[in-house]
Amino acid sequence: MSTKEIAGKTVQVNDEGFMTDPNEWDKDIATAIAGEEGIAELTTEHWTVIDYCREVGVEAGSAPTLRNITKGAGVPTKQLFGLFPKGPAKKVAKISGLGKPEGCV
Amino acid sequence: MSEENRKIAFICSKGNMDMVYPALVMGWAALGNGIDVTIFFTFWGMDMIRELRVDHLQVAPVANTSMKMSMMGVDTGNLGIPNIMGVLPGMTAFATKLMNDKMEGIDVPPVREYLEMLVDGGAQLYACKMSVDMFDLEMDDFVDGVIDIVTASDFMDMTDGAQIVFI
Repeated sequence: MSTKEIAGKTVQVNDEGFMTDPNEWDKDIATAIAGEEGIAELTTEHWTVIDYCREVGVEAGSAPTLRNITKGAGVPTKQLFGLFPKGPAKKVAKISGLGKPEGCV
Repeated sequence: MSEENRKIAFICSKGNMDMVYPALVMGWAALGNGIDVTIFFTFWGMDMIRELRVDHLQVAPVANTSMKMSMMGVDTGNLGIPNIMGVLPGMTAFATKLMNDKMEGIDVPPVREYLEMLVDGGAQLYACKMSVDMFDLEMDDFVDGVIDIVTASDFMDMTDGAQIVFI
């Protein structure tokens, strides 16, 4: 367990760089992490996904699975992969300040 | 990110329900982690992409030493489903229903939907030329998302540098 400086705040992260305390997250942090992950701007569509992940994931501390997101947030698979290219499962979790999803689907 | 993206290729050669899911589950996980996915369907694996077959894949209890009576929800421990029972008409359909119910219970999508998810996520699906010839099939027989019918040699070319999983 270590800490990381992001968007002017110090947050706790695990070895893989996922935040471990969802309560330390805020929207500036999300934007900053998105930048690190190659997403220059978070659009309304991105926020639909992130807000949904926060809504269902904060209590458990881990992000929902991709299928949970497509079903729950009503975002089609193709769009989800377009919004968070090259590895949406991990990217969404990181940007939402949550751990990796704990399911397989 | 490294200059060359990680690539993984699955060869699906089986049409039994229990052998159909591994590539779907791992392929989906790979896409979620940003890994390029190619799936090559051959022999009985063609059933996974055949419009006629994809919604009717089954699992047979005969000679399946892992399928136990306890799957039916009765606490019978290691007691197996006797092969003599497994040959009765309807037993394969019954075992298939049990497995489908279990899958649905843990929110695993059916094969057709899983394939759609994979295609939408960027997986590349190809049918084996030899199997297409052997089973007398054409592109129209396949579900949407199958890109082409390719030879074994084509597959080797397109999976240069990929990790290959044979199922």
